[in-house]
Amino acid sequence: MMGVMKVQNDLRMEFLSRSVNEALARSAVGQMAAQLDPSLEELGDIKTAVSEAVTNAVVHAYPDMLGTVYLRARILDIGTLEVTVRDRGIGIADVDEARAALFTTGGDERSGMGFTIMEGFMDTLRVRSAPGRGTTVVMRKRVTPRPVR
Amino acid sequence: MRVTWELRGSRLYVYLSGELDHHAAHQALKEMGSALDEHLPLHCVLDLSGLSFMDSSGIAVVLGTYRRLKAYGGELSVAGVPGQAARVLTMAGVDRIVPIAVAVKG
Ligand SMILES: Nc1ncnc2c1ncn2[C@@H]1O[C@H](COP(=O)(O)OP(=O)(O)OP(=O)(O)O)[C@@H](O)[C@H]1O
Ligand SMILES: [Mg+2]
Repeated sequence: MMGVMKVQNDLRMEFLSRSVNEALARSAVGQMAAQLDPSLEELGDIKTAVSEAVTNAVVHAYPDMLGTVYLRARILDIGTLEVTVRDRGIGIADVDEARAALFTTGGDERSGMGFTIMEGFMDTLRVRSAPGRGTTVVMRKRVTPRPVR
Repeated sequence: MRVTWELRGSRLYVYLSGELDHHAAHQALKEMGSALDEHLPLHCVLDLSGLSFMDSSGIAVVLGTYRRLKAYGGELSVAGVPGQAARVLTMAGVDRIVPIAVAVKG
């Protein structure tokens, strides 16, 4: 679609990188996504992808400290949800390597599937990162319009 | 997140309910570990029908349990997997390692 995209809704949150906030983040974005009348599967995919991105910030970005996680969710006029998760943590040296399935620095408690899930469950995934500066993950998903009942 | 279990013959049924994410996974693994150590079942059925959410943290829980059983010759199967959790497990290819039965409804 050409032209300037109109933003229908815009949510920003920031929170400490405590694991208890993972549920808070995915349910807030889930509530936002619900405005697009998604199917149960689409809603589940969105909440899962958000959980992956936020968990990465909690687990990997700030390994031995608390930091701030910045979350933004926007509804774009083409029926698309855009979610941005940003941290100012340790960053990723090689993003391509990190995005590969099964790659993990998290040991036994992680499986290296987070980025693969984000990529599979959303339409697009962009990852920008610099060591020592932090990481930004931007994901988009278009919610299929359903016939009015 | 709640973990309960029940021994039926040589089978240990473990029931997970609530949300299985990174916040909950550590405790879940710990509780399941002590149930497994106590009974050393030949077969463990991990029943996920009570889960309202699961992300990749659940993959590590399933695979960690699988390895724990395998170490002494025990077997794991996963039952009652709700639709959202099934999509996560399938995306990760866990169904190629551990037998997974999807919930009738969910
Ligand atoms: N925000 C981040 N800051 C620093 N490193 C990150 C960040 N996100 C991901 N990484 C790095 O990328 C790797 C892969 O991430 P991914 O989410 O795919 O797998 P994982 O978190 O290791 O395991 P899983 O998500 O399956 O529990 C991580 O192990 C970590 O090294
Ligand atoms: Mg991850």
